[in-house]
Amino acid sequence: MPSLGADMEAGTLAEWLVAPGDRVKRGDIVAVVETQKGAIEIEIFEGGTVERLEAEIGQKLPVGAPLALIRGAGEAASEMTPAPAAPKPAAATVPEPAAPRLVEATVSATGVAASPAARALAAERGVDLFKLAGTGPSGAIVLTDVEAAGPATRAAETAAIPERPTDPRAEMRKAIAAAMAKSKREIPHYYLFHRIDLQAATDWLAARNAARPPEERLLMGALIAKATALAALGAKAVNGHYTEEGFRQADAVHLGLAVSLRGGGLIAPAIRNAHALSLDGMMAAMRDVVARARAGRLRSSEMTDGTLTLSSLGEKGVEAMAGIIYPPQVALVAFGTPMPDAVPHGDEVAVRETVTVSLAADHRASDGRIGAKFLAEIDRQLQHPEEL
Amino acid sequence: MTEDEIRAAHLAALTDVAPDLSADDIGPDDHLQDDLELDSMDVLNLVAALHKATGVDIPEADYPQIATLRLAVPYLARRMAA
Repeated sequence: MPSLGADMEAGTLAEWLVAPGDRVKRGDIVAVVETQKGAIEIEIFEGGTVERLEAEIGQKLPVGAPLALIRGAGEAASEMTPAPAAPKPAAATVPEPAAPRLVEATVSATGVAASPAARALAAERGVDLFKLAGTGPSGAIVLTDVEAAGPATRAAETAAIPERPTDPRAEMRKAIAAAMAKSKREIPHYYLFHRIDLQAATDWLAARNAARPPEERLLMGALIAKATALAALGAKAVNGHYTEEGFRQADAVHLGLAVSLRGGGLIAPAIRNAHALSLDGMMAAMRDVVARARAGRLRSSEMTDGTLTLSSLGEKGVEAMAGIIYPPQVALVAFGTPMPDAVPHGDEVAVRETVTVSLAADHRASDGRIGAKFLAEIDRQLQHPEEL
Repeated sequence: MTEDEIRAAHLAALTDVAPDLSADDIGPDDHLQDDLELDSMDVLNLVAALHKATGVDIPEADYPQIATLRLAVPYLARRMAA
């Protein structure tokens, strides 16, 4: 059972997507685990052949407990090590599976995509998710699909998850509470605020979107994310992880995007290599993680890879926010709601679109001067939207 | 498309974009952002879905005109007739 965040203590196995005898390679999705933050797809750390499934569907396991045994390439059966919790190097040759392929569990090649609320109701009513057709994003099963399925067809052993949290929203709140309390307990935060003139970016975006159909339009959020990622790449001591060994700077920006879930809760999946994405690529990545965050189909690496978090209040929020860092990260950038304001422009006062950006940073990793340079660089990037 | 068909298409697009909303719960004057809590990404996805369903390409400047169902249906009917 991998740790999927600073706040996670245990997870409940919801699905196996592999069976004994299956070949797997690094990055394959092998299982779905139900956590306080919803269902997460578990990627495997190393390749090999699935020897044995250790965990049963519905079983709640502490972080670190083995889920399955993977026989690495060239490894004899006696050398088996637990995976995915303990990665180990693989040898050169790939043997045929020693035993005949054995498929016991009811598994699907693609698994079942379902929102956390849909999973909870399905478990409560004994509805088999495998038998439903989803109408949500990418065919994900959503609450109304389970409701439409009516009461219990309790038959399939795959559906019953005994230790399931009774209220997903309350569980999500507990997870947020644990992570944020840990952050405020351990991280000496300092905060900086800076007002950015967003008129150039606003004008550029409006002109660009006017010539494009809705499917190809960009949101200001994509410009903000790209500007933040580019600035973070060049900044010192705001992008990375702080662990027992101290601060370790990351050499790429995996930007955690705080996604609020309607009905309550927050999750911040990472957009990998955000600094290297084009604006269209950033927009596609944001669309993808937001849809999957809401459908309950994020991947384990997205839960743990973030090196810096970006939180935006969006169009209908307030001026500014002082955020709380998501450990083991060392900084969080928060954008308030862009709004027109009377500001100095040249020698005059003009009404311009403005936004207030804030930085919450870990004083163990950086000082205010470094944080200030970082925010100033985000500002500079946003003055040249055509170069983003 | 009749106004009823446009309304149905709009509701279908809306519940597709926000699967946790139920068509029965959406009132004619519910505001997309203030009442239904759609964010800018949801609104963009809705506009894209409406483009696909009705052929109407809604420019950003017109987004306020689809803010509620009561506003959106006549707006879409007008644009489709043009």
